[in-house]
Amino acid sequence: MALISNGRFVEDAWRRLADEEALPKAGKVIVSLPRLQHALEVVGPEAALGVIVPNTTEPSALIEASPRLELVSISFPAFSDGRGFSLARLLRRAGFKGELRASGRLVADQYSHAVGCGFDTIEIPDDLAERQNEEQWRAALNVYAMSYQRGYSGRGSILEARRSAARS
Amino acid sequence: MTAIDLRAAQRPNAPTTTYRYDDYDAAFVRERVAEFREQVRRRLSGALTEEEFRPFRLMNGLYLQLHAYMLRVAIPYGTLTARQMRRLADIADKWDKGYGHFTTRQNLQYNWPKLVDTPDILEALADVEMHAIQTSGNCIRNVTADHFAGVAPDEIEDPRPTAEFLRQWSSLHPEFSFLPRKFKIAVTGAEHDRAAILVHDIGLRIVRNAEGEIGYQVVVGGGLGRSPFVGKVVGDFVPRHYLLAFLEAILRVYNRFGRRDNKYKARIKILVHEKGIDEIRAAVEAEFAAMDRSVFAHDPDEFERIAAYFAPPPYETLPPTSDVLRAAKLDAPAFANFVDVNVSAHKIPGYAIVTVSLKPIGGVPGDATSDQMRVLADASERFGFGELRVSHEQNIILPHVKQDDLFALWRLLDAAGLATANAGLVSDIISCPGMDYCSLATARSIPIAQAISKRFSDMSRQRRIGKLGIKISGCINACGHHHVGAIGILGLEKKGQESYQITLGGDPTFSASIGEILGPGVTAEQTPDVIEHLVDFYLAERVEGETFIDTWRRIGHARFKDVLRREGEDGADI
Repeated sequence: MALISNGRFVEDAWRRLADEEALPKAGKVIVSLPRLQHALEVVGPEAALGVIVPNTTEPSALIEASPRLELVSISFPAFSDGRGFSLARLLRRAGFKGELRASGRLVADQYSHAVGCGFDTIEIPDDLAERQNEEQWRAALNVYAMSYQRGYSGRGSILEARRSAARS
Repeated sequence: MTAIDLRAAQRPNAPTTTYRYDDYDAAFVRERVAEFREQVRRRLSGALTEEEFRPFRLMNGLYLQLHAYMLRVAIPYGTLTARQMRRLADIADKWDKGYGHFTTRQNLQYNWPKLVDTPDILEALADVEMHAIQTSGNCIRNVTADHFAGVAPDEIEDPRPTAEFLRQWSSLHPEFSFLPRKFKIAVTGAEHDRAAILVHDIGLRIVRNAEGEIGYQVVVGGGLGRSPFVGKVVGDFVPRHYLLAFLEAILRVYNRFGRRDNKYKARIKILVHEKGIDEIRAAVEAEFAAMDRSVFAHDPDEFERIAAYFAPPPYETLPPTSDVLRAAKLDAPAFANFVDVNVSAHKIPGYAIVTVSLKPIGGVPGDATSDQMRVLADASERFGFGELRVSHEQNIILPHVKQDDLFALWRLLDAAGLATANAGLVSDIISCPGMDYCSLATARSIPIAQAISKRFSDMSRQRRIGKLGIKISGCINACGHHHVGAIGILGLEKKGQESYQITLGGDPTFSASIGEILGPGVTAEQTPDVIEHLVDFYLAERVEGETFIDTWRRIGHARFKDVLRREGEDGADI
């Protein structure tokens, strides 16, 4: 797996825990959604907790745990399945401040969509990272100077720019 | 600046009646071209697989068809300037085979571009403030509108500022570019629906409430394809202030809950059908209530900025009727027929709306050669403030012609083979490209349209028959809108043979209805016969003032079924 953050391939500080692995006392671990409740109860204050969820998850299932959650990773079963974008939006709207990660076969051309919806990092399989190298991901962030939408992150809004130009 | 651009800039009646890009719009479209150029390069280098490339080329209007790529160019709300029309002609000559095809979604398709040329074509489009963004793919498609927008006498408000507002909002939307399936929005601001809003994923009807405030009736879940549905009202009166927030709410509900397990059940119409409109309305209202609506609140200044571009052209003050026109009609009966059939009432006294038919007898519906495009561009400049429209019936509209000028315009059109006086008549057939071009098609459509058109080549007979919409699709995806044709024809493949299923009673307007199947399919050869017999039966049965669909509604489907049944008994193998 390769991890992309701010247009760079970076080391992943988090470890994905298999369901049969014991919960560690410390470190940054990502558990599956069915295991989240248990993990919240037993994991010590030294450990940082993240969860990986299907893109069909109801945001309310995570909101309660969100003060303790430092990372939510949303699975993209196919790069063309855009449900994860809406889920990310809803989690941000509900006030989730931790790292939002998109995990799946996303392509570089979707990077600015992901950032716009509130994702911080993208996790892709190695074979994809080989074809779509760091340069392509970095370039994808800078294709557009601005966007037409308001209320999405990443780039400046054309509507806002027009509004402030009209004012001055 | 090219010679063409220079010429356009010097023209005294340069278009004033449609949106013009500001620096932001221009930069955005250039960035899109650059992005696509890079995507093509990465596809060719192998960085992108075909599967990965596919949604991105589709979102730029590039299909892989039966024989070649097809590029679909967006004509937002069907409005074109003369300069843009000339550019379309130039592109057809330089990178295609000298013609283009106007579609039922007010777009233009080139059937023979090469993949490597498409970035240059997009660049040439960007020069004249055009693009191919979101004319395909599982995203919000090019927003369509009433082709008589701004000139129809029955209008509450010009729908194009709303449509342009939505074009911008939907362009490369971060959240809604990977929807379960395509998403089509149409807008009308008139009392008569010419934009078929009830058969779109979202239909917007501009309305005024009791307090005189402008708002939108929002209809959701209409559509054609293999499961046709008439849309249902999800918001009876959405104030303009909340339009964007309300649309975001609908799109979010659809993006999250629309089916993704079966692409034939992935449109929002299926979600609405399976959950019921009440559950969908509740979900949309809950999402609407939960969201930060202030972000999407209407910006009156921005709306006014856009609306100002659609200001009426400098009309002259004229008497409501024209003596010149009356005299010319008496002198030239062919011209009189053209006026009676192809000219519609305009909201300004002394002006008229002219429909230029792209349905010559025996021709390919919606096709125009580059020379014809140039004639249309010239005609619009000489007689209509340099503005043209594309209708979803695949014709071209000149929306502001002085009645005094109609005869001169007609002569110009006639010389270019563009004066067919059949707008709305039986030979004004809507047809998809069908098996001749399309990789999805199961049967031919164009040759069927041509055969029917030839069968009714007698124009006086056509006028006697009156308004009658025939719509032909070459497969179940229904791009030819057969479900809403008064007579619909669907080409299927049965045991290796083309088989045409006929439906009657479809209607795309506010009285929308889906056509009913007449009976077993017929062969390509039989189709014109069957259509002719149905039309003759209607002529025999109709009472004064009835159109085909009126008669069908009055006497019922069963009587028409008998026509097809008799056809079978006559020995035809149906």
